[in-house]
Amino acid sequence: MSNKIATRAAFGEALLEIGRKQENVVSLDADLSGSTKTGAFAKEFPERAFNVGIAEQGLVATAAGLAIARKKPFACTFAVFLTGRAYDQVRTSVAISDLPVVLAGSHAGILTGEDGATHQALEDIGLMRALPHMTVLSPADAAETKACTQYAAQAEHPVYLRLGRSGVPVIFDEKTKFEIGKVRTLNQGTDVVIFATGPLVSSALIAAKKLEKDISVKVVNVSCISPLDVSGIIEALQGVKNVITAEDHSINNGLGSAIAEVMAENGIGIPLYRHGMRQFGESGNGADLYEKYKFDGEGVAEVVRTFLKK
Amino acid sequence: MEPMKKNLPHLAAKVRIDALKMIYAAQSGHPGGSFSAADIITTLYFGGFLAYDPKNPKWKDRDYFILSKGHCAPSLYAVLGELGFFPKDEFFRLRQVDSLLQGHPETYIPGIEIASGPLGQGISVACGIAMGIKIDKKQNKVFSLHGDGELQEGNIWEGVMTAAKYHLDNYVAIVDRNRLQIDGSTAEVMPIEDVAGKFQAFGWEVMKMNGHDFDDIYTTLKKAVEVTGKPVCIVADTVKGKGVSFMENQVGWHGKAPNDEQFASAMEELQKNFDETQ
Repeated sequence: MSNKIATRAAFGEALLEIGRKQENVVSLDADLSGSTKTGAFAKEFPERAFNVGIAEQGLVATAAGLAIARKKPFACTFAVFLTGRAYDQVRTSVAISDLPVVLAGSHAGILTGEDGATHQALEDIGLMRALPHMTVLSPADAAETKACTQYAAQAEHPVYLRLGRSGVPVIFDEKTKFEIGKVRTLNQGTDVVIFATGPLVSSALIAAKKLEKDISVKVVNVSCISPLDVSGIIEALQGVKNVITAEDHSINNGLGSAIAEVMAENGIGIPLYRHGMRQFGESGNGADLYEKYKFDGEGVAEVVRTFLKK
Repeated sequence: MEPMKKNLPHLAAKVRIDALKMIYAAQSGHPGGSFSAADIITTLYFGGFLAYDPKNPKWKDRDYFILSKGHCAPSLYAVLGELGFFPKDEFFRLRQVDSLLQGHPETYIPGIEIASGPLGQGISVACGIAMGIKIDKKQNKVFSLHGDGELQEGNIWEGVMTAAKYHLDNYVAIVDRNRLQIDGSTAEVMPIEDVAGKFQAFGWEVMKMNGHDFDDIYTTLKKAVEVTGKPVCIVADTVKGKGVSFMENQVGWHGKAPNDEQFASAMEELQKNFDETQ
């Protein structure tokens, strides 16, 4: 896992590849096309790429209109603006209207780094998973991002695709087959199961490796947070003694909450710790922030040790 | 386009009757704006400005109408029901549990393109449709209808810029300028003048019309669809509550259903208009 690729970069490559085959794909940006990595698509298909300026509400509602006109719009900007500033447009014109718009939100989480709290989306999963009709995808690495982008391009309903700014370790090779919507166990273990999403998946795998002599850690990738693979999660909880959720997102309303809901509703009473953000983020290099907030491999290992008191 | 051969005043009188019946049955809804918009919506659908197929609402060669001021749905439902998009029985279940006709437009209602009600979004939605039509090099048109108070929404001006940038000459936005909003007159709550000047400054072709004069509505729409190179905004001077004298220009009738006595009185006036326009 030494090779690192940003999921937004993988998204940009996937968009171009898909756009070549699927003529109805169009991209929309709001003055951040350099950051959302739609540039290659826009260069090859200028008549299918739009930039609406610094206008996120217009971005999302315009995408809804393109979907009505039978296009497959990818509305792309920072996750914080896409899900926060344009929430009513997402809710009314996309989710209630149930239009097949793809909302691609880059710069999710504190992985965003130096721009600080205002630009680090930590509430987007919660905002999006509260919406009926909305599929919420949070891929773990480059290959899974491409599979999620492909899935989104074919979806008949709205999709939120959560992407990150900085490189994350490559977990899957390009030939990996994905079943989008299902959880995937990446490491077997019995002392604790870590349900992780996004960049925290690779951190959880690194932690499992570091701890393997003392603690048996199961790692489960939850890349689809809504609709949730409830039966897959219940199955993954069988035979383990503790549960940790790990996400670069608020511990409220994100993956941690989703797993807690599944456990409570199914009478699964295993000790649970939600690892995530309990405050707004701050400026700093993404890797340094991951160290500070225990989101890197060493940090997740420490969280596991503390929780299991070993 | 067909010439104006339908009796639009008569059809509009029917639309107002049906809209009021729905609102009365529901004891909830928005008569004021539904009535200020009724003549415009009627002309769009019955005057030959929109291509549609009530038996195939998602027909790919249709034209598009976006009711951005979604609270005026009763007038649009009355038109769609008259055209056979859904059975007219649905009128009397407006806003009821398990009904088709929701308080504000929903995409599962045949003939409705987008959910609306939260204001300002329809202009951008219309832009998106117009952009999609242009990619396909098709000739279809997009119309949207907005309240004048709605122009206070920031999203409106985002869409205004988008339409101008992409030269969306297949798009006509109509402003229902009835000068009233929930909390009072637009002049008091948040002045929006100069409406025409604002759209002009943003690069739109602007026209004005009397939103209750069918000849004026018809000829203005005909001119609007001929414009090339830029989007068109039509500022329609209208009267909130038009057609029921005690509702006209009364802000209190923005979102209120009539009681029995008021309903009887309003129906008498609307029926008279219906009979006289036959």
